[in-house]
Amino acid sequence: MSRLRIVLLLPLVALLGGCNFVVMNPAGDIAVQQRNLVVVSTVLMLLIIIPVMALIVMFAWKYRQSNTDAPYEPDWDHSIHLELVIWAVPLLIVICLGAVTWTGTHLLDPYRPLDRVGPGQAATLNPPLQIQAIALDWKWLFIYPEYGIATVNDVAAPVDRPVEFKITSSSVMNSFYIPALAGQIYAMPGMETRLNAVINKPGDYRGFSANYSGAGFSGMHFVFHGVDEPGFDAWVKKVKASADTLTRDSYLELEKPSENVPVKLYKTVDADLYKAILNMCVTPGKMCQNEMTAIDAKGGLGLANAGNLLPYSKAMADQSPALRRNYVASVCTVEDSTGSGNATPVTSIDTTPVLGAGLQRPAAQFRFTPALPPAMRRASN
Amino acid sequence: MFDTAQLTKFVFGRLSLESLPLHEPILILTFAGVVMGGIVVVGALTYFRLWGYLWKEWFTSVDHKKIGVMYIILGIVMLLRGFADALMMRAQQALAFNGSDGFLPAHHYDQVFTAHGVIMIFFVAMPLVTGLMNYVVPLQIGARDVSFPFLNNFSFWMTTAGAIVVMISLFIGEFARTGWLAYPPLSNIGYSPDVGVDYYIWSLQVAGIGTTLSGINLIATIIKMRAPGMSLMKMPIFTWTSLCTNILIVASFPILTAVLALLSLDRYVGTNFFSSDLGGNPMMYVNLIWIWGHPEVYILILPAFGVFSEVTSTFSGKKLFGYTSMVYATIVITILSYLVWLHHFFTMGSGASVNSFFGITTMIISIPTGAKIFNWLFTMYRGRIRFELPMMWTIAFMLTFVIGGMTGVMLAVPPADFVLHNSLFLIAHFHNVIIGGVVFGMFAGINFWFPKAFGFKLDEFWGKISFWCWVIGFWVAFTPLYVLGFMGVTRRLRTFDDPSLHIWFIIAACGALIVAAGIGAFLVQIGVSVWRREALRDTTGDPWHGRTLEWATSSPPPDYNFAFTPVIHDNDPWWDMKSRGYKRPLGGFKAIHMPKNTGTGVILAGISIAMAFGLIWYMWWLAALSFVAIVAVAITHTFNYHRDYYIPADEVERTEAERTQLMARVAS
Repeated sequence: MSRLRIVLLLPLVALLGGCNFVVMNPAGDIAVQQRNLVVVSTVLMLLIIIPVMALIVMFAWKYRQSNTDAPYEPDWDHSIHLELVIWAVPLLIVICLGAVTWTGTHLLDPYRPLDRVGPGQAATLNPPLQIQAIALDWKWLFIYPEYGIATVNDVAAPVDRPVEFKITSSSVMNSFYIPALAGQIYAMPGMETRLNAVINKPGDYRGFSANYSGAGFSGMHFVFHGVDEPGFDAWVKKVKASADTLTRDSYLELEKPSENVPVKLYKTVDADLYKAILNMCVTPGKMCQNEMTAIDAKGGLGLANAGNLLPYSKAMADQSPALRRNYVASVCTVEDSTGSGNATPVTSIDTTPVLGAGLQRPAAQFRFTPALPPAMRRASN
Repeated sequence: MFDTAQLTKFVFGRLSLESLPLHEPILILTFAGVVMGGIVVVGALTYFRLWGYLWKEWFTSVDHKKIGVMYIILGIVMLLRGFADALMMRAQQALAFNGSDGFLPAHHYDQVFTAHGVIMIFFVAMPLVTGLMNYVVPLQIGARDVSFPFLNNFSFWMTTAGAIVVMISLFIGEFARTGWLAYPPLSNIGYSPDVGVDYYIWSLQVAGIGTTLSGINLIATIIKMRAPGMSLMKMPIFTWTSLCTNILIVASFPILTAVLALLSLDRYVGTNFFSSDLGGNPMMYVNLIWIWGHPEVYILILPAFGVFSEVTSTFSGKKLFGYTSMVYATIVITILSYLVWLHHFFTMGSGASVNSFFGITTMIISIPTGAKIFNWLFTMYRGRIRFELPMMWTIAFMLTFVIGGMTGVMLAVPPADFVLHNSLFLIAHFHNVIIGGVVFGMFAGINFWFPKAFGFKLDEFWGKISFWCWVIGFWVAFTPLYVLGFMGVTRRLRTFDDPSLHIWFIIAACGALIVAAGIGAFLVQIGVSVWRREALRDTTGDPWHGRTLEWATSSPPPDYNFAFTPVIHDNDPWWDMKSRGYKRPLGGFKAIHMPKNTGTGVILAGISIAMAFGLIWYMWWLAALSFVAIVAVAITHTFNYHRDYYIPADEVERTEAERTQLMARVAS
């Protein structure tokens, strides 16, 4: 009998053995700790669930109608002791789980810089490798700001070196997920999320979007290479040896919806591209979000806003399906908005509220010139 | 004057011949099938001259029992549509391997999974739950009807109107391709310029009116119309869970209405509540929709918990163990269900403290839920358990649901959620609790109360086949999804390139086929039961040796439910009455005041469909005209002064005398 059972179980074992349980067997320290939490919470709950399931089956069998030997107490409906047990035992388990949750959530907060790269291995004080990950329709763009290179659907990091991903999206919501490395976090347009992680074993791992984002969603995956230091240098060299460069123009071309996109490498990348993507102002003439919020924080442009709202041109609407409505025109140069060049950041110009008082009278506001930086406009009034 | 193009645009809005899916063979075949089926049904109704009967006795009825039955029929019909979508998804995922693209293009597949979610939650689970509550609650509290009988009829037809709007999208235009919660920016006009999301919005808005009103109605009924002596703590548990569910409905559905209204403003008039441009924020939508969405889960499961409580105590022949703690557990769940919504998006980047808070509140909900499981367990303890169909569903629920609860708590640990969120593990989890909890509960309830509604039991043989197909099919279909979740496979994928995943999708597709057999067996069960109804007849009105008031009256109950309103002295009043040697009163009847049928609900719902259609297709004249018509019909209805009538005492006496004779004939 028992031998038969083993034989019957064999195909199941073979089936499970042939699978890659990447969530249960990851290659990065963060994912390993997250896996451990999955296991701990399961074990804690099995403590109560297995006895309950056993009791359900036992009671159902023992107190079946045909078993007249079993006691029958139709009016027994209350027991303080039992009530205490059935409320207290789950409560105790939830207290344990809650403690594990509180500490685990704080220690594994994706925004928290890593303090270790593995069990017993403290992280060095060197800053983590920076990678900017941008979800496009329907591919992933990776920018390495320290190396000035960019890739599509291909990303690499050295083993045992902390990596900090800064994540955003160009259009709709996605979720950045490399199961072998660490848990996922949403990629959202106009917003930045972060993920700190480290890969411990060399290898090629699958990464993808874990949040449905439209027709090409199924093909929106990439390869994450965990490589040793020389391997990483070689990978960077390979990217630098490629022919393409990623400028604002080529980005706008790349941003257009496309499916199952092959790997692309860019030897150089516009230094401010990521900031412009994050602030949704790669399209020339569009006001950046950080600038908009900075102006609003100072009281806004008042009625001048109305004149600053421009309809998209046909060319722009063709570029991206989202650009079918009005947009806020830039009131300063691209260099200003991204904080590069000589201009100081918008926020540090003047801390007193504007409240619209210093602006032109409403009658004149429709003639207002979009290219004038706010600082100059204030000065001229 | 107008040129033709302008005129066409004015009359038809966005609607054109291209809107008809003539290029989709699957839809053409479905359409042909629906038309054929429709012709057969309409022909049969006409041939047997049933239109007048249907209109007078059912469509315009304000009787809570008939409305409850119609809700359940709506739920079962929509289950067939929603399950057809499930089969298509399973087939697509089982086929789309090794470079194959499967049989559904993205345009179609993305509509299928969106429609599956929307239909199963709004037009299957909700009507089944509402129908059961509608049927049972007034009987359980000894009332003659709900507080607002016309409103009840109107609510039902608005829910049906929402379902009809979804069904129209199958053949005219398309449904949303956004997932069942239609997160912006994907659902904004920029990324979903077609009519799909508009169908989504207006079907839910129309149905949402029905749901909210029916919630108000049932709360008023339970609070105001209980039989004398039935204090709150003497109410049957199913009525308690219904009360909490309806409170949840009234408190949460307005949020859904508001968030969809904001989304439609974004889409129709160019506001930017949820776009990332111009100061809007899609995270606001995600928060708002889940502030509705999480209570919604408990709206569905609480009545199922109520069913299990009634069934366990009836078929164990015992009082429910821990009635008081059961009531408090229900109330605690009701309150806590508002404090957990963020666990649906731990991965959106909230801080660790916020995530921990919502993770821990989620775990805390498992305490009262666990207490309920224990209470059912100890109700079985020292009972005499009869394994009739409702009890079988209950045992299957208990064993299935604890697993679903366990995987739910796993997902409540934020770092664990980071690796399992949006994966097929999540899909397996919520099907585990919704099928294992709500669906099993509805089947337990339907098998339990069917003899009350129709006077004969459901066939046991086909019921058992349906039961085993569902239970086995569920586990075969969803265990592979748990496994795939651990392999890092995410939801809503259309094609796959890793061949090692293939076998699991094939197993899951087999599971779906077994469940399909279970649904088929359920339909056969109903057919066979109608066929063999004389053999299955119950003349006592109390086929299960029941404990609550609905079993005190005849099966099916007369229009007035109870000739005399019973007086309650104890929990389990009918059990109490039986054990004290209760005798049915045979005379001294008085005329009974009853509400009168009205067609206004059907008319208003019909015009609402026209209005939704006008808004979806930008036929502004139609939308405006329908809106005016709705207001006009509603006002006209207020001038209808013939809203009630009396059942004369001698008719009550005749009805009761017939029952006395019937019971005497069976007894002799």
